[in-house]
Formats: sequence, structure tokens, C-alpha cells
Amino acid sequence: MHELSIAVSIVELAQEEAERLGGRVTAVHLRLGALCGVMKEALETSYEVACADTPLQGSRLVIEELPVFVYCPRCEDERPIDSVQSFRCPKCGTATPDVRQGKEVQLVAMEIEE
Amino acid sequence: MSPEPRLVEVRKNILKQNDIVARELRAGFREVGTFVVSLVSSPGAGKTAFLERVLTALHPRYRVAALVGDLATENDAARLARSNAPVKQITTGTLCHLEATMVRSAMEGWGAEALDFLFIENVGNLVCPASYDLGESLRLVIISVTEGEDKPLKYPPIFNSADIAIVTKIDLAAAVEFDRAAVDANIQAVRPGMTIFHLSAKTGEGMREFIESLEARLAASRGVVVG
Repeated sequence: MHELSIAVSIVELAQEEAERLGGRVTAVHLRLGALCGVMKEALETSYEVACADTPLQGSRLVIEELPVFVYCPRCEDERPIDSVQSFRCPKCGTATPDVRQGKEVQLVAMEIEE
Repeated sequence: MSPEPRLVEVRKNILKQNDIVARELRAGFREVGTFVVSLVSSPGAGKTAFLERVLTALHPRYRVAALVGDLATENDAARLARSNAPVKQITTGTLCHLEATMVRSAMEGWGAEALDFLFIENVGNLVCPASYDLGESLRLVIISVTEGEDKPLKYPPIFNSADIAIVTKIDLAAAVEFDRAAVDANIQAVRPGMTIFHLSAKTGEGMREFIESLEARLAASRGVVVG
């Protein structure tokens, strides 16, 4: 359960950005790759805990889950896989370990109230 | 009436701090020629027994050392110290994984800088360590035959993040009716092309092949062509 320490990092980072931009954070938008090893539900719970007694208390966490994209050497293209239990091109079935998207834990945007 | 909140684009990686430290560690290790191998597995898979075998096989022909992460006890470090290689415990407290900064702090002032191999045994956990780069050259994921063949399908991120899979306790394979082809297929499903070693730290079966592959990787990392 490392979601709490990740939630604390998110709150710290959002707070730094908010101080730089000026204003109060009402929502934090995050992208989570399907392979990042962070659980959405656990992170949502941890976020509330991490926000307590900080200027971000009461803010919303909006999570966008990103599918895994692999590079298929046969199709010479990046494609989303159907399941993280099978790293194969969904079109031609070629097995490939070349992950192009899906490991992100990324703060993408914040909603700020003046 | 309060104004509508404005949406500001940010784009920052949350684990960036860890990744920066890991990158610095990796560069530092490469500069002094240390090949760093990390080990991840679930608790009880046999990481420590395996590592004890590996250290004993390599020491003192090579300069080797090990860092061992554990929540509370120092039992693993005491076991590994029997190999006579330098071993240091990182007690993580309540943290379920190692982070790059812990590796950096452990290395500082340890006097184990000029190494051929550094092994980093992570906390027994197949979830959280997947997210943290430790600056290693090679990540081993270890699974024992008693855990069931579907482990890779249950924990795709950690298997996908590893470079080599080690299937341990093969001396018990018959007793637990272990299906070797099934586990291999499941590993390949979540990490196509991954090298797999089947071995027993208890009997030593399969250990030599693994040790030889480590030696070859060390040589390759230093640009030496092995005959």
C-alpha cells in the first residue's frame, strides 16, 4: 500500500503549483497508466487523508485511467492491448514487450479558484 | 457569486523525484563498473535463500555486496552475512517497498563503492515495488513453485517491469504438481521474450546456469566480449 505516499506527493506538488499560480485548488486531475502499479480506489481514499489539514482539503481528485499501448513490430504501429494479462498486438497477435504507454502517474491539470 | 474555477494544465510526473535519483544512481554505478541486480517477489518465495546461494557462488571471486530491505527485522541480513560478503539492512518501517533515495542513503559512507555486483533485495511484495526504479541494471522477479502458476497474471505490472524471471524451489515441483509449461506461458503473456531460470536454492540445481548468465551480463556491461 504505497498509495498514501503517492497521494502525499500529489498534494505537495499541487500545493507548490497553486502557490506559484495563486489561488485555491478545487480539483486535481491525474492520469494513471494501467501498468503503473497504483490502485485507483486506494489512491482516492489516500488522497482524502493526504489533503486533511492542508489548503487542498475538500478538493476533488479526478482520475483518468490510461490503457497500455504497445509497439507492434509487425504492424509498425502503437496499439492498445486488450488486457494487461496479454501483451499481444490486438490486430495481428504478435507478442511484444515494447510498452509505449501505461506506466504514467502524472498530474495533468488543476482547477483553481481565485 | 464566486467565479468559475479555471483549469490549469500542469503535466508533472509524481514519481519524478524517485526517477531522478534512480537515474543518478544508475549513472554512478555505471561509472564505477558496478552491475546492480534487484530482486522482487512475494513474501516467502525464497529471495533470501536464493541470494545467499548467489553471494556464496560469486564471493570472493567477484567484489559483491547486498542491500536488504525489510519492514522490521534484520534476520535476512544476518542470514546473508553467512556468505561473508558485505551486507547491509535497510529497515523500511511501515513502507512496503524500497525507493531510490533509500538505496542512495544506504550506499553513502558504506565503503562498498568499488563493486562488481551489488544486489538489492526488495521488501517481499509484488505490487508496490513495480512503481519504483532503484537504479538497477537488472530486475529479477522471483516466483516459487508453491505459489501457483497464475501469479504472473495476477501481478502483471511487476512481471512486466522485470528483466528476468526466476522460478524457485523446483525441488518441490513434483510434490505440488507444478505445471512448468503453464507458468512459463503466463510469464511470456505479460512479458514476451523474458528469460526464465528454473532452479532450487536448496539443492543448487539450475544455479550454475544463472550465475554464468550474470557473469556474462557483467562482462557485457563493461563492453567485454565473452568467448
